[in-house]
Amino acid sequence: MAVTQLVGAKIHRREDPRLITGHGHYIDDMARAGTAYAAFVRSPLAHARVKSIDVTEASKAPGVVGVYTARDFKGQLAGTHPAAPAFTAAKKYVPERFPIAEKEVCYQGEIVAAVLADTKAQAADAANLIQVDYDELPAVMDLEKALAPGSPKVHLDGPDNITWDIPYTGPEVTEAAFKEADVIVKERILQNRLAPVPMEPRGVQAEYEGFDKKLTIWLSSQNPHFIRLFVSGAMGLKESQVRVVSPDVGGGFGSKISPYPEDYLVPALSRLSARPVKWIETRTESIQNATHGRGQFYDVEVAAKKDGTVLAMRLTQYLDAGAYHGTFGGFQAVACLMAGGAYKWKGGISARTIGILTNRVPTDPYRGAGRPEATHLVERMMDLVANELKMDPVDVRKKNFIQPADFPFTQNFGLVVDSGDYDKSLDKALQLAGYAELRKRQADLRKQGRYLGIGLSTWIELCGFGPSAATAPATGGIALVEAAQVRVTPTGSVIVYTGTHSHGQGHETTFSQIVADQLGVPLDSVELRHGDTAEGTSFGYGTYGSRSLAVGGVAISKAVGKVIDKGKKLAAHIFEAAEEDVVFEHGSFHVKGSPDKAKAFGEIAFASYGMGLPEGMEQGLEAVAYFDPPNLVWPFGAHVAVVEVDAETGSAKLEKYVAVDDCGNIINPMIVDGQIHGGVVQAIAQALYEEVVYDESSGQLKTGTLTDYLIPSMGEVPPLIVDKTITPSPTNDLGVKGIGEAGTIAASAAVINAICDALSPLGIKHVDMPASPDKLWHMMKEARN
Amino acid sequence: MNHKVAVTVNGRKHEHEVEPRLLLVHYLRDVVGLTGTHVGCDTSQCGACTIHVDGKAVKSCTMFAVQADGRSLTTIEGMAKGDELHPIQQAFWDEHGLQCGYCTPGFIMAAAYLLDQNPNPTEDEIRKGLEGNLCRCTGYVNIIKAVQTAAKTMSGTPARKAQVAAGGN
Repeated sequence: MAVTQLVGAKIHRREDPRLITGHGHYIDDMARAGTAYAAFVRSPLAHARVKSIDVTEASKAPGVVGVYTARDFKGQLAGTHPAAPAFTAAKKYVPERFPIAEKEVCYQGEIVAAVLADTKAQAADAANLIQVDYDELPAVMDLEKALAPGSPKVHLDGPDNITWDIPYTGPEVTEAAFKEADVIVKERILQNRLAPVPMEPRGVQAEYEGFDKKLTIWLSSQNPHFIRLFVSGAMGLKESQVRVVSPDVGGGFGSKISPYPEDYLVPALSRLSARPVKWIETRTESIQNATHGRGQFYDVEVAAKKDGTVLAMRLTQYLDAGAYHGTFGGFQAVACLMAGGAYKWKGGISARTIGILTNRVPTDPYRGAGRPEATHLVERMMDLVANELKMDPVDVRKKNFIQPADFPFTQNFGLVVDSGDYDKSLDKALQLAGYAELRKRQADLRKQGRYLGIGLSTWIELCGFGPSAATAPATGGIALVEAAQVRVTPTGSVIVYTGTHSHGQGHETTFSQIVADQLGVPLDSVELRHGDTAEGTSFGYGTYGSRSLAVGGVAISKAVGKVIDKGKKLAAHIFEAAEEDVVFEHGSFHVKGSPDKAKAFGEIAFASYGMGLPEGMEQGLEAVAYFDPPNLVWPFGAHVAVVEVDAETGSAKLEKYVAVDDCGNIINPMIVDGQIHGGVVQAIAQALYEEVVYDESSGQLKTGTLTDYLIPSMGEVPPLIVDKTITPSPTNDLGVKGIGEAGTIAASAAVINAICDALSPLGIKHVDMPASPDKLWHMMKEARN
Repeated sequence: MNHKVAVTVNGRKHEHEVEPRLLLVHYLRDVVGLTGTHVGCDTSQCGACTIHVDGKAVKSCTMFAVQADGRSLTTIEGMAKGDELHPIQQAFWDEHGLQCGYCTPGFIMAAAYLLDQNPNPTEDEIRKGLEGNLCRCTGYVNIIKAVQTAAKTMSGTPARKAQVAAGGN
């Protein structure tokens, strides 16, 4: 793809004027006339039997429209919460889940009652008057204990606590390599449970129009079409009777992909009350109920030769699924399939994933989903191998990289890595970081008793979901392709509809850049619309998994191609020339060799709505295209973190962070850099600060506000040095890959590797996340004794 | 019992009867109808609700509406003059200082107060000055750049004419 006038340029975002002036339209910024406000009563206990619910006082409270419990929703909603079978074909047990609990609550925050009132304050007041009598049950919190026979169960009527258990490849696959190995390194690697915390919590509004039998849902979602699919089914409505609108979305990070109980209950409340209903989540409700990410540990061993060649890996993923199987929770098992990272494992990889139920809120994809875990574990293991063999971690990586000539490279699980040049990005990152100098400085500081560490992460990613053959079975039938519609008005302005939905990524800008360039029209002639199921194509697939450009952008490009093809046919007719002789460039059509007699795109658009069209041609200029990608796309890069751990306090200070990333061709470099900045900081936060903590015996959430759950401020994060290499993807015509998750996939490993490197003089080989001062201080104290 | 509150918001006078427990941020959003001031945390950590009260940056979830009686308030909607963006707004646009945009009004209001107090802050002073505001998208890199750019614009050349038409470059 040639970098043309707009594509590849830093174009100011078209979303920004409304957002910087306070004129954005987030879910809480509107209400229908006559709205009733919902408040939910949630279980304060992690696991309990609901003995009785007394709504007498609440029903009499001022402004109350109604008080509702599970029984009231039984006639309104049918079925169980959807759980896509992604990567979990051997799934063992998916607990039934109704959006509101009746007899048993299984995590703190599960809804047991709903109140509707004329104002939000009245609803909250009345909710406080509802008396629920619980019979507390043992909370299942520890993953290993949950697996033990005879463990208390997360659901009283469940067979056990295993929601899936899949051996992708058995230990026999790697047996020969482990026999042949000179060294074997083993580690248990934890992945702290994280709360996504988009700055805008979730919110749902719904209006059921009983006489028309039409339902409109407005909600903050990454995925409006899937919400329409799920909610219409549960409410017994046809998809055509339901319109879902997702307005400006204040961040998602994966937590706004899957449907939530409130997405069903709010529309049902509207149908029950014949009023528009509005509910906006509080921050505590968000940390308590929005799906969490990570929450895993891995047992890993690697077999290697003395010269640093890695041969084989064995890993088991123990994943905390929470109280229910998350709708796309199974996707996190992709960590197993990506555990080989950027390296060749000729002796194989044995991998098994076990999804374990606990009395916590369910986990689901969170920025990176499975791929940060894979990177973290393989990059930690490469450093442990280097440490064991007293080699430079750079050399161990370089020795094992998949080489440029190897692409397309079929990795151990049959996935085909489309492209890469891992030495190139690592060399660039090392140069930017001043690696040789850093090693010298490290040696000097060590003599002074100071702990400076340098950590690498040579990450790879698979994204751009995805090819129908892989994704349709994973969702239970719907292929995660993407749809686009391009409509050209008679005066030549262009309206583009995409099935993806930006929640901060700037699609209104980047997608318009692609269309304006391809059609040769000014950027302000192009409007990008998304987030409303009543507009555009019949289905859309949402924004997650770094898929919007690599799948959605390509679909748009294909639809534009169809528009140009029709334009050429019409131009040929007007020019009385053969269609193959018509050239379209710089926004106008002409016959080869006669550029002076050109028709502008707008003129052809106008003509397409007129008379005298070619035989058989219909009026109008518009097209729909679906893109079913032939493969996933494979971004990669190299990050270097430099950390000093304070010998007295255990505080880890990042003094430098270098990120070199490769997402193929770039539409808007400013937006790409922004995605990397945010992604890197989100992973630094996992490495150093964030962790959802529940009391291990009672299951009480201890980090339920931003006072307790530490989102870093600009006081905590370091300046970032960001650069790139460009290796176009051969998988799509635009040569693009995803970049939304790259930083988050890469950075936790670089930071933790740097901390382990810093503390290696003390004999400390592995540190788990978050590497808090307290944790490091204790580890250092123990190591010194 | 409701209480009377009389405030000036962005130069316009408002008078309402409100519950004494009503937070200033909810008054601005739900009563006055200015929804550019956002609620992000409920515990005064995130700063999305930052406004100016008599010229000083305040998290509007930390005040009751009745405490604002008689005060002059500025919200994000009061920063641009017609089509002309405030230099801080322009700088956030120029430097890609926002992604989802939810925290942005609070950051702009906090930055305006910071630059009012310290027109030429060092990077460190910006980091300290704005650490009461949280952003989950940008990693803060471009927010810091935006504040630096705004500081330059405001101390020297006059604010550029706004390019509010979509697609300005």
